[in-house]
Amino acid sequence: MSNVDVVVTGLGATTPLGGDVASTWDAMLAGRSGVGRLTLEWADQLTVKIGAQLKVDPSEVIERVRMRRLDRSEAIALIAAKQAWADAGLEDSGLDRERLAVSFGSGIGGALTLLNQDDILEESGQRKVSPHTVPMLMPNGPAAWVGIELKAQAGVHAMASACATGAEAMSLGLDIIRSGRADVVVAGGTEAVIHPLPYAGFANMRAMSTRNDEPEKASRPWDKGRDGFVFGEGAGALVLERADHAKARGARIYARLAGAGITSDGYDIVQPDPECKGGARAMSRAIRDAGLTGADIAHVNAHATSTPAGDMGEIIGIKAAVGTHPVITSTKSMSGHLLGAAGALESIATILAIRDSVVPPTINLDDPDDKLDLDVAAHKARQLDIPAAMNNSFGFGGHNVALVFTRA
Amino acid sequence: MATREEITSGLAEILEEVAGVNPDDVAEGKSFTDDLDVDSLSMVEVVVAAEEKFGVKIPDNEVQNLKTVGDAVSYIEANH
Repeated sequence: MSNVDVVVTGLGATTPLGGDVASTWDAMLAGRSGVGRLTLEWADQLTVKIGAQLKVDPSEVIERVRMRRLDRSEAIALIAAKQAWADAGLEDSGLDRERLAVSFGSGIGGALTLLNQDDILEESGQRKVSPHTVPMLMPNGPAAWVGIELKAQAGVHAMASACATGAEAMSLGLDIIRSGRADVVVAGGTEAVIHPLPYAGFANMRAMSTRNDEPEKASRPWDKGRDGFVFGEGAGALVLERADHAKARGARIYARLAGAGITSDGYDIVQPDPECKGGARAMSRAIRDAGLTGADIAHVNAHATSTPAGDMGEIIGIKAAVGTHPVITSTKSMSGHLLGAAGALESIATILAIRDSVVPPTINLDDPDDKLDLDVAAHKARQLDIPAAMNNSFGFGGHNVALVFTRA
Repeated sequence: MATREEITSGLAEILEEVAGVNPDDVAEGKSFTDDLDVDSLSMVEVVVAAEEKFGVKIPDNEVQNLKTVGDAVSYIEANH
């Protein structure tokens, strides 16, 4: 437990459910799905033809010439970060930029650029490859662009922990403020790799849903009929701020980021530990770090991606580390799985659940798994007083991150 | 054979596409970096596009001599 309080003062997102936080949250509370038939012609060639594409294309927000220099994952990271920055009221605050850091990651990085430029190289030769290729594909690109845009000078950090990346970015942001290295951290995750190669790779792992004829029903965490995750793209960003700094400038405070826990399974490169031992340890650490006990956690926004293997293990972990009382949900049932951005988007959902005293629904949970013995907010949003809530994220490689947010 | 005006206008199209330069700002006396705000990476794109458009080869060691739009027009006029 730290004696430095860290709060959330800004939120930003662009997702399959909406081009900003308000529209995304409205869609979640209404139980709308962001999943559809892919609008890209190559989808016809593949076994998986569905996905959760951005509701608002970044080219509608960022001008054309700038887009030429940005990988899609970088463009949407910038969009989310700028929204969060404006939302926090920091634009004209005179913040000393030597006290501003960035913690922003991606699970896969600039693969769209890599693959598209490789096509150009094969077809037209070296001369036609964009000179912007390297800064577009490098995995620290999104973090670096956010840092440049906001003139951050206390360090720009880019982590990669697969589907735990967005949550790990929050955890690092918390550490940076607690250690005194910055007063404000813009933290987030971004992912935009809807392309036939990653699709083929995940599909051949049999990790993705092939419910091509019912895209809106394809992401169904904990349901007996679940057959894999739904690939999504998007970005989410939080402004984390030292509490006394936020109070001194009269900032609106959404919630506290009270604790974080990180562990690793040391088990398998893709399979989660079936009993979620590493996940449970991450949850326990986060709760302890927040100075709470499991009984204090009223709600868990679960990682639950709709895969046969992963969903039920997390239930075991939640029961072990938190208890049988929390109301849980998986917003991936609506947003799809945003991979490296998932932990950022789901942090936002967790924070707004606390603010609005409501748990967003898990849609498509029509026929719950026999082993599901926790209370899920199925089908419809549920009113609930939430003093403290947890967000879980787990990634290929055995990365486990749990975050605890509390009412400010 | 393209005239100097035609080459300038062709370069203006490329500059707009690659670097967002207003075609009205493109004139022979303008410096790519100082007046039109074309950075080094965008200049590479301009050169590659100009090679294609005008059927010329612009070697890398020549690019550093092309300070102004007029320099580029003269090079293209003499070599295409």
